[in-house]
Amino acid sequence: MVIACPKVSSAAVLCLLIASGPASAADALTIASFGGQYTASQSKSQYDPFTARTGVTIKSVDYNGGLAELTAQVRSGTVNWDIVDVELQDLDRGCADGLFEKVDPAQLPAGSDGVPAIKDFVAGSLHECGVGTVIWSNVLAFSDPAFPDAKPSRIEDFFDLERFPGRRGLPKRPHAILEWALMADGVAPSEVYGVLATPEGLDRAFAQLDTIKDQSVFWETGAQMIQLLADGEVALSAAYNGRVQSAISDDAKPLKIIWDRQIWNADYYAVVAGTHAKNTAFDFVRFATGTVPLAEQTKYIAYGPVRRSSQPLIAPAIAATLPTAPGNFNNALAFDAAWWTAHGDAINERYAAWLVQ
Amino acid sequence: MNAASPSRAGWALVLPLVAFIVIAFLAPIATMFLRSVHDPEIADLMPRTRQALAQWDGAGVRQVAFDAVSADLQEANATNQIGRLAQRLNREQNGLRRLIDVTARQLQQNPDTQLARIDPGWSDPDLWRILARVTSPWTGRHLLNALDVTVTADGALVRQEEARRLYVDLFLRTAWVAALVTLICALLGYPYAYAMAASGPSLRTLLLFLVLLPFWTSLLVRATAWIVLLQRRGVINEGLLAMGLISETGRLDLIYNMTGTIIVMVHVLLPFFVLPLYSVMAGLPTSYVRASASLGAHPLRTFARVYLPLTYPGVAAGGLLVFILSLGYYVTPALVGGRTGQLISNQIAFHMQRSLNWGLAAALGTLLLLAVLLLALTLPRLAERGGLRA
Repeated sequence: MVIACPKVSSAAVLCLLIASGPASAADALTIASFGGQYTASQSKSQYDPFTARTGVTIKSVDYNGGLAELTAQVRSGTVNWDIVDVELQDLDRGCADGLFEKVDPAQLPAGSDGVPAIKDFVAGSLHECGVGTVIWSNVLAFSDPAFPDAKPSRIEDFFDLERFPGRRGLPKRPHAILEWALMADGVAPSEVYGVLATPEGLDRAFAQLDTIKDQSVFWETGAQMIQLLADGEVALSAAYNGRVQSAISDDAKPLKIIWDRQIWNADYYAVVAGTHAKNTAFDFVRFATGTVPLAEQTKYIAYGPVRRSSQPLIAPAIAATLPTAPGNFNNALAFDAAWWTAHGDAINERYAAWLVQ
Repeated sequence: MNAASPSRAGWALVLPLVAFIVIAFLAPIATMFLRSVHDPEIADLMPRTRQALAQWDGAGVRQVAFDAVSADLQEANATNQIGRLAQRLNREQNGLRRLIDVTARQLQQNPDTQLARIDPGWSDPDLWRILARVTSPWTGRHLLNALDVTVTADGALVRQEEARRLYVDLFLRTAWVAALVTLICALLGYPYAYAMAASGPSLRTLLLFLVLLPFWTSLLVRATAWIVLLQRRGVINEGLLAMGLISETGRLDLIYNMTGTIIVMVHVLLPFFVLPLYSVMAGLPTSYVRASASLGAHPLRTFARVYLPLTYPGVAAGGLLVFILSLGYYVTPALVGGRTGQLISNQIAFHMQRSLNWGLAAALGTLLLLAVLLLALTLPRLAERGGLRA
């Protein structure tokens, strides 16, 4: 800028430099998250209370996961997002790539029952580069009127077009889908990732997906997935449990969740490396991952809080709809983020190619 | 002096536009061309390896190369770039991520370990041939990949394995869709433009308004409106069901497939065909048609021999416009195309936004742009030679 206007007086140049320098305390934060009901739940339980308390306004941006946009921002030095809501596989990868600021767990507030944060957060929900918020789950969901007689109830039913005819909804990314394909084909849950790591195992998963390919509709966002189910465009879909639950309880949509072989994952808040609002961003993360805001979030979406101290604050009716409720968690599989970090690139590309072939 | 001043002032007046075109149009396109053949990311992350392998003859790996890789990996470790490097190398050769991760972790603990002792993979001469190739900043592999061709370790060109072969098919599919959309636009647009040209002032205003109305509506709104109309429980299917023309199980799949892409693209692009054609038709003197009729020609003969040839320039202009716009269509296929209605632009977006393979995205974009340029330069000439200028 200084080079472009050599005749500008030195005072004006100084002004420009000051104006573009990093602000010490930001009065606004930009948070990228997954949109729809999920962002709404964060907004009501975390963004709004934080603004009311500190006066810092929060601008919410929607994205679809993945590190592409974030990488582009950090590498080009134009960081627009201060905080991102990320899934574990992206957190791992982004942390290794230096996209996120490091977190000091000692700085996190203790639970409302006085238990220090390190013991209050469930195992795995504190990360070098992020602080866990919710446990959510990949489940199957179906439109109740689409199956007037027998209702699908198991993962095998997703691939059984004869007994359960109707179009299938699949995400445009392969996470959880390939795992389900193998389990439906008879692979034991404990062996899924081992089999998937072999070329034959991967081919086997894709062969299983081929059986429903012609009947599949692909969605990009969680909001699209709900729309397809609610409009009857698909009968049975891969889904995020919280969005489906919101559609059932808030909008009275005739949808049902199949908990069989749910694959659960966690979300985290991570502060973007190079943000000008680093301090304010960490203030927000500390506040939002506190006992009360996390418990509050369950009122707006059925994702389980990662703090143990939040559990007693959840109403029993809501607790029963969470992925971690005893009846739902029976044969759940933990999403293996480290495995996906190691193998994801080639599989993502193959899945994207499989889609259009 | 007098003659020079206005010319200088004139240049000053067009300067903003020239600057705008250079900055917003020519520079990005030049960057894209460059990116499709110039990819220095790995070379920048492994500068020593690049130097050690630059003059390598391909026979026997010398110690200096091992040391260079070791030093580069340690530096990447120290600067937090190892994840990025592993990802980039893995894209060139599947499996390299694991090798790099394992090696980097070992080197962090014990910087002096020999690479071959950490993992036998380092003794494979093919690996070194790949390294030599990918550490060179100038490359043709993105353009080759965009044509479903890949380079083997010993430098031979082979077709991509079948599960990953899709770009040639997608280019062909895109061209086919563009041709079909252009044809449908012509069949729908020609009578409409004629009706506009032939009608009185008030009807003409109404018809013009009807063409322009969708033109003024946001692309997203139009796509969403089509979803409401075309989906399985949408207006059209419910209507047909109520009339008893289809059964409950026989609902038509009109959207989230190629049919959806074509219907919505025709709707969006129709004004681009109608408007240039109408401007040609409106300028035609009616005396030619009357002359033909008074000489005894049948109306069909008059149309085929007199009217149609006179409107060829409008057809050619509208058709070319629709065809070229279709080739780059992105939003509509993304929203209503489902799985089978995706075009090449959707893959370019995928590599820009999700896989971060910007080199391949640039190569696909370059090929698409070259195809468009070729068409834009040759089609009008062909049309002229074929007498379309009448």
